[in-house]
Amino acid sequence: MADDKSNAAAYWSANVRLITGCLIVWALVSYGCAILLRPLLAGIPVGGTDLGFWFAQQGSILTFIGIIFFYSWKMNRLDKKFGLGE
Amino acid sequence: MSQFAINLLFVGASFALYIGIAIWARAGSTKDFYVAGGGVHPITNGMATAADWMSAASFISMAGLLASGGYANSTFLMGWTGGYVILAMLLAPYLRKFGKFTVPDFIGDRFYSNAARLVAVICLIVASITYVIGQMTGAGVAFSRFLEVSNTWGIWIAAFIVFLYAVFGGMKGITYTQVAQYIVLIIAYTIPAVFISLELTGNPIPGLGLFSTHTESGVPLLAKLDDVINALGFRDYTADVDNKLNMVLFTMSLMVGTAGLPHVIIRFFTVPKVADARWSAGWALVFIALLYLTAPAVGSMARLNLMTTVYPDMAGQVENYDEAANNPILYEDRPAWVRTWEETGLIQYEDKNNDGRIQVYNDSNEAFADTAAQRGWEGSELNVNNDILVLANPEIANLPGWVIGLIAAGGIAAALSTAAGLLLAISSAVSHDLIKTMINPRITEKGEMLAARISMAGAILLATYLGLNPPGFAAQTVALAFGIAGASLFPVLMMGIFSKRMNNVGAVAGMLSGLIATLLYIFTYLGWFFIPGTNTLANTPDNWILGISPLSFGAVGAMINFAVAFSVSSVTKAPPQEIQDLVESVRYPKGAGMAVDH
Repeated sequence: MADDKSNAAAYWSANVRLITGCLIVWALVSYGCAILLRPLLAGIPVGGTDLGFWFAQQGSILTFIGIIFFYSWKMNRLDKKFGLGE
Repeated sequence: MSQFAINLLFVGASFALYIGIAIWARAGSTKDFYVAGGGVHPITNGMATAADWMSAASFISMAGLLASGGYANSTFLMGWTGGYVILAMLLAPYLRKFGKFTVPDFIGDRFYSNAARLVAVICLIVASITYVIGQMTGAGVAFSRFLEVSNTWGIWIAAFIVFLYAVFGGMKGITYTQVAQYIVLIIAYTIPAVFISLELTGNPIPGLGLFSTHTESGVPLLAKLDDVINALGFRDYTADVDNKLNMVLFTMSLMVGTAGLPHVIIRFFTVPKVADARWSAGWALVFIALLYLTAPAVGSMARLNLMTTVYPDMAGQVENYDEAANNPILYEDRPAWVRTWEETGLIQYEDKNNDGRIQVYNDSNEAFADTAAQRGWEGSELNVNNDILVLANPEIANLPGWVIGLIAAGGIAAALSTAAGLLLAISSAVSHDLIKTMINPRITEKGEMLAARISMAGAILLATYLGLNPPGFAAQTVALAFGIAGASLFPVLMMGIFSKRMNNVGAVAGMLSGLIATLLYIFTYLGWFFIPGTNTLANTPDNWILGISPLSFGAVGAMINFAVAFSVSSVTKAPPQEIQDLVESVRYPKGAGMAVDH
């Protein structure tokens, strides 16, 4: 029982760590690259404008897709590793 | 065949398809009705979620918003997609594991409080009803433009079709019609965009065309657009915004609002497994992105097309934009699509300086007033409603009549699919949370099904009534829907999963304070209960606290919700052991099984 508990706790903290990492990337591309850091990226030209504009209109959406699939893939592995999957 | 006949054919064929699906997918049990039996494939659910999510606003209005706002309105693109990331990681898998039918179900059980359940039901109903009004009016507009029926008839026809498949099929009927509607709407949106992108840039993929070279001028498309609109006194399309705080908060409000909207969340109750809920969120975003990556291209290209239609000299390589601006098109030479849309009143022309030509420019830019006066301009003469960009796209690109028919079917599909999802969220909250859980727990399965169908029919009638008599504030209520979902529902759902210590008192206090703070802020600037003229302060940036617009306040409301909930919870009694066990159990996929009856 105690083992079950610590196993479950380890699974949950691994999940929370993974979520934290993913959320950092999520915030970095959207609030970061696309909005707050846009002036810093102004020197990098992309098709008639700058990298920040690309992140705002396309880059962030593409990254979001990547984050969700990465998270799902990682979680499936965690489910198996800790024996907590369905 | 006349255009009317073609439109009728396309819309009629799509309706026949939806009704066929409705007959095939009748709901036999409450589980069928609420969660489509819990056996929907994650990719199928992703597609249904995309149609559920992309409303008349996404299909019809978003390209226009981007065209007029340029970079500043990228907030809609990021906000309405970024919400899926937090949904996939913070809510969907755990709520699926919980395995019940509705959002208030979770809130009521997790916080062992019927007060919390009731607040959740009220939030859900207010958010969903405000949202559904826009869908009904959107469907009405599409009908009246393409099928030459009155707006009123259009709304009644839309209501009847939704009635057929939502009342009989419940979530099961809605899911499979949404899949069909997604296919219709994405094809309708993409085809004209591909042709326009080919015409302007030679690149068949609109999302890539946006960052390619404009063929006629040899300059990058976005640089060309900046030059053209700059010469007419507008801000650069790609110009940065000054108020970054507001932009961040607005994006965040849209994201947490997206994640907290019940009609989106319940879609994830329909998949068989917890892992499927995660994958499904990814697939949903892929299908949404197909439209959202095309929309900015449609917006910018349509704006460039419009400007070079009015100022033909600006289309190619331009030495001197000042000269090019002096030769706008004669009103009598205007293209056919301008004439068509003038009839609807969505394009209006007024020859202010009586020269028989069309001048379009930014007449509210004071720095540009001198230039305009030198050119003999006395005000911008063409008023183009932003909402027509997508609908007029096939005509602007000279595409054949069947593409116009497709756009008609697509716009109606977008409105109907979202309306159906919202109506299901409303009816399940009434029949399941109010009637079954709170009023009469001993109701039979059959009785609950009947209650669900009656409340669905009631919700459709209410939505139809509000669509026919839209309250004057309809346009502003989207802020309300997102504000409520983001400031009230999202935080308690998340805390219910991620904090074992969060108790009933904390959750109710958090929900109410997030909700009330957001409502107060919105009402202060947009009018108390949206009654025009009752606003306490003028809705201008100088009056906003720290420059935060009322539309951006949902994110602040969510933070207030979190802060109040944690402080209240920390000084009150911890939740009982069985609730802590419940939280424990939703965190692990093991033992999920199908959504259970109870």
